[in-house]
Amino acid sequence: MSADRLTTVYVPCDSAARAVGADEVAAAIAACAQARGLPVRVVRNGSRGLFWLEPLVEVQTAQGRVAYGPVGVDDVPSLFDAGFLDGATHPLGHGLTEEIPYLAKQERLTFRRMGITDPLSLEDYEAHDGWQGLRRALQLGGEAVLAEVTESGLRGRGGAAFPAGIKWKTVRQATAAQKYVVCNADEGDSGTFSDRMVMEGDPYMLIEGMAIAGIAVGATQGVVYVRAEYPQAIGTLNEAIARATRAGWLGGDVAGSGQAFHLTVRKAAGAYVCGEETAMLESIEGRRGVVRAKPPLPALAGLFGQPTVINNVITLATVPVVLARGAGFYRDFGVGRSHGTLPFQLAGNVRHGGLVEKAFGLTLRELLSDFGGGTRNGRPIKAVQVGGPLGAYVPEHQWDVPLDYEAYAAMGAVVGHGGIVVHDDRADMRRLARYAMAFCALESCGKCTPCRIGSTRGVEVIDRIARTDGARREQQVTLLRELCDTMLHGSLCAMGGMTPYPVLSALDHYPQDFLAPVAEDKPASAERA
Amino acid sequence: MDYWRSRPAAFDKTMPTNPQTLSQDHAALLSSLIGRHRNTPGALLPLLHDVQEALGHVPGEAVEPIARALGLSRAEVHGVITFYHFFRSTPPKPHVVQVCQAEACQACGAGELMAAARALADSESGRECVTLEPVYCLGLCATSPAVMIDGRVHGRVGPSRLGALMQSLGVRP
Repeated sequence: MSADRLTTVYVPCDSAARAVGADEVAAAIAACAQARGLPVRVVRNGSRGLFWLEPLVEVQTAQGRVAYGPVGVDDVPSLFDAGFLDGATHPLGHGLTEEIPYLAKQERLTFRRMGITDPLSLEDYEAHDGWQGLRRALQLGGEAVLAEVTESGLRGRGGAAFPAGIKWKTVRQATAAQKYVVCNADEGDSGTFSDRMVMEGDPYMLIEGMAIAGIAVGATQGVVYVRAEYPQAIGTLNEAIARATRAGWLGGDVAGSGQAFHLTVRKAAGAYVCGEETAMLESIEGRRGVVRAKPPLPALAGLFGQPTVINNVITLATVPVVLARGAGFYRDFGVGRSHGTLPFQLAGNVRHGGLVEKAFGLTLRELLSDFGGGTRNGRPIKAVQVGGPLGAYVPEHQWDVPLDYEAYAAMGAVVGHGGIVVHDDRADMRRLARYAMAFCALESCGKCTPCRIGSTRGVEVIDRIARTDGARREQQVTLLRELCDTMLHGSLCAMGGMTPYPVLSALDHYPQDFLAPVAEDKPASAERA
Repeated sequence: MDYWRSRPAAFDKTMPTNPQTLSQDHAALLSSLIGRHRNTPGALLPLLHDVQEALGHVPGEAVEPIARALGLSRAEVHGVITFYHFFRSTPPKPHVVQVCQAEACQACGAGELMAAARALADSESGRECVTLEPVYCLGLCATSPAVMIDGRVHGRVGPSRLGALMQSLGVRP
């Protein structure tokens, strides 16, 4: 081992890595190197998104970065003994990071820098294609940027999949003294963490995307609404905004263009419904997160009544690559009307949980078996919830349907934000359906009756299904379906309007779980305090 | 306890009917925080966050001065404090333990974890030093079950690890 050469070791600072001990591992590596007199520079990078391997330690070698994981503090001395600073073999070694099949098989466009760079280093960002999209956007001008985004086929990645270009065009054509770009970073869906990864692991990409959106629509003020459950994301984003402003990428004169774009972070306060765009606007304006009726569209009368672009983190974070590589490049990924890629998030009871960015069109089966590797405990998979708490449970016979917005909609499911939660064969679907209703009751803003009252009645009906049998049970099942129909068609927003998705899919695909007698009702998990 | 038979905690934050006055220190602090946010559009949430960060909760006595400073009614300020799960009207215990109860954590035993946490929090020492609450997604869904203790996140937490973490807070089973 060469004691004179400075070796760079990467230990992620992503909160999921820190939650399993990355800070302690980074400290142990630095201490061990010092004790052995080896020159080592520890860089805290973002996470590669291979979470079952976290803490994933990487060493820079002449051949590339070599990965070891999951590394515990106790493993550190043996890594040094084996010569990991030269990329030597070790039981925890995975060879070159880029060649790990999970990563090599992906199509990382939005997440191409993720885990490679130091999130807050402007030098790293610039050296890895940063600001190219913004530079080109400033050359092109607003009209051409809009055309580019429209042509790319980029649709809202927050779940609703509305074409970004059309939304932006509405805002651009509106006349107002002040327009806004609001980034929805209230990533409350269980099973999703791609927004968090962007904010913690590559924040300048989001800043760049928002600045481009500002140029395209003529907005000079941006707001990022981040959930309170993500303190690290808020901290990193605030620091990134301060650094980008000092470097001239934000502020009164963006990159010397004479155009202004200011950005601030707003901390949410734990209300799931504020992920709905109009409830979010209410919250930013300082009120309870109560959903607004549409019209008027936020694009015309949004934040403080002004024309407002509202997009999810991933939508805005994808804009830089669309501008840098061109609309045609991005559009060529995907299938049908689902263009580009989606960062899928494999979560729950899955062996290889993590972030998988792939073009639309792959199947759930490919994701679950090729990437996920089955359940953590080796039990068979029973149900997979796709698209967050408001998404349907997808049974095995539907796993070969391509992941594409339209194909999923056709079978009564949603791709949503790309969150995939795996449950093994012990999952009680009646309980999960009940949880969906109870969660809706807990988080409903209360404005519309189907959601406010329907969710509580839904919990009661599901409990009665468990307590009754025969014709009375059939009656309750009919009642539940009618209730779901009312919520689906009568709710003001997706909170009440989509809660029936998990409930009905559980009822349709796992009816036997609703027949099982329940002697004593287990405590609902949806209790708050 | 059934969710829908129990009232959500938010409903238990009572409206102050006879507002007491804040201590002198707190009043000075509050007025400096108000000064910081007064001219911010939509100042209420950032102000409440700062108050809670400084005092650990938003005391009922702060409602009236906040309302007056921002040109709102007391009902509007109270409505915001009680709408959002994050805001507290009463001081928490010295340590706050939040156990994720969302689907990805449920799939990996979050229900059992919550039961274990509840048993510890209900012990004599637990009642003194721990506020236990469910949380719905910490964004650690691939390293579930997840918990947050005093703002710090922990992943792949089983009941025994949770027991060790809570013991380090001074909880004796």
